[in-house]
Amino acid sequence: MHRGSSSDAIEDGEITQSIAEHKGCGKSSRSGGVRCGSPAGRSDLPAETWEKVKKHPCYSEHAHHHYARMHVAVAPACNIQCNYCNRKYDCANESRPGVVSERLTPEQAARKVMAVASTIPQMTVLGIAGPGDPLANPEKTFKTFELVHKVAPDLKLCLSTNGLALPDHIDTIAKLNVEHVTITINMINPEIGAKIYPWIFYNHKRYTGVQAAKILTDRQLQGLEMLTRRGILCKINSVMIPEINDQHLVEVSKAVKSRGAFLHNIMPLISSPNYGTVFGLKGQRSPTALELKALQDSCEGELHMMRHCRQCRADAIGLLGEDRSAEFTTEKLATIDIKYDVESRNAYQAKVENDRAAKAAAKHADLVELAVSLGDTKVLVAVATKGSALINEHFGHAKEFQVYELSSGGAKFIGHRRVDLYCQGGYAEEGKLETIIRAINDCHAVFIAKIGGCPRAELIKAGVEPVDQYAYEPIDKSTIAWFKTYLDRVTNGAIKHVERGDAAIRQGALISAA
Amino acid sequence: MPFKIIASQCTSCSACEPECPNVAIAEKGGTFMIDPKKCTECIGHFDEPQCVAVCPVDNTCVLDTSLARYQARG
Repeated sequence: MHRGSSSDAIEDGEITQSIAEHKGCGKSSRSGGVRCGSPAGRSDLPAETWEKVKKHPCYSEHAHHHYARMHVAVAPACNIQCNYCNRKYDCANESRPGVVSERLTPEQAARKVMAVASTIPQMTVLGIAGPGDPLANPEKTFKTFELVHKVAPDLKLCLSTNGLALPDHIDTIAKLNVEHVTITINMINPEIGAKIYPWIFYNHKRYTGVQAAKILTDRQLQGLEMLTRRGILCKINSVMIPEINDQHLVEVSKAVKSRGAFLHNIMPLISSPNYGTVFGLKGQRSPTALELKALQDSCEGELHMMRHCRQCRADAIGLLGEDRSAEFTTEKLATIDIKYDVESRNAYQAKVENDRAAKAAAKHADLVELAVSLGDTKVLVAVATKGSALINEHFGHAKEFQVYELSSGGAKFIGHRRVDLYCQGGYAEEGKLETIIRAINDCHAVFIAKIGGCPRAELIKAGVEPVDQYAYEPIDKSTIAWFKTYLDRVTNGAIKHVERGDAAIRQGALISAA
Repeated sequence: MPFKIIASQCTSCSACEPECPNVAIAEKGGTFMIDPKKCTECIGHFDEPQCVAVCPVDNTCVLDTSLARYQARG
């Protein structure tokens, strides 16, 4: 995704990506696209930008394997209403934006940050992302940042907002050294906005319809411009809502790019009647995996695209996709011994950086060798992994599968599919295998450390090849090695290459491993 | 006539509290309440009652007609 400013900052996947997407020299852009040059050499990011993203799990796909973030839920109030959100609902077993199990005062939040950072040395980012809008709660949000900065100056501060109040707070955001701001922008056309936002509260008035959406989009884009002018990195979140804004998001991507946004995260709508949202109750469907990927692909090149988002809850803690918030409830915090030691945290993180650099250097050699022509065929494969870029999870234990697109350019990460949804109505344990197959139905193979006889047979029947011969091996090398054998088998007539179907994006609770 | 908050509807999101020009809204043990002695329906301050306009759950901030003097007035 992003390349480092020196060879020791190079990441394995970044090299894979740069090979996969290289469309000839001379194509370069300030905030996206591909740039010519040695993969081990210059960056397409300014050094100071790389410094900001290299330890931020949301802004750098590869940082998310190594670094953790936490959210503190100090901001319950909101100033707009969205049809995909239900303010009356929160649940400890839900994992999606806006959901929390408890709300904190700034003082409680600062204490919690200390406790978590003492326990998880790779926690580098503190974000405030609701459950409402952090800038509709400016006192609580900024007080929290102030308190945290006093005791933990090494933590990156990050903020996620709907943007309505953003232009009013730019000075404070800059003064408090908030390095990253995420703005949720779902439209730039107020007619479309009126279908997403029933109302906003602005200047002591409730506005509805197109008028509300017009104010909102003006304020969002103005806020974005003001932030990027000050060098604050901006990520844009967009919710993809089929038949409402799906086509329109290409326009949104262009509009935010031209205003200096750094990263675009297009997320699938989370919609189910039992969430009680307007969209859920109306039966508004979510996009399929194929639709999401097609949209992300068509925006690629405009901006860096974020594809590793887990749509986490507003009090999530830990690595993305591994929520440890249950370990840090107010009750449990009382028993945690807080020893916030910047030096030992730095030492830990320096070791992580060394490991990253060593791995990247080793893989770079392999990947250059791989730049052989494998034809035009592209296939998707699913990988069961616990992290460290290895195939190291049993099929039956996987809570999610990472999906890679294999082509002559290498293995490119394109997303993840959540599969652990025991607690969702209608998806009982016995139907689990079927739902897993539905979640990876667009894949030609699934890579696992181990798999039982029964699921193996079912997968083969469904047309997904289970591959366990690369257990505990690196994902990129193994999937490409398999891809070569796959193409060989196609060439010698042993198998026939067929296109796979679409897959369902599964949503809902992510049950914590803790 | 003052507004009141229907407790069973309230999500305790706190959006109303800072918007009230009369500082009539306060939290008590996790629930928000409007002091009827302080509430002026925002007349003289704003065109709309602020608690009603900002509340994310419709029909949560409503006029309180239960007070004896308003009932008598009919």
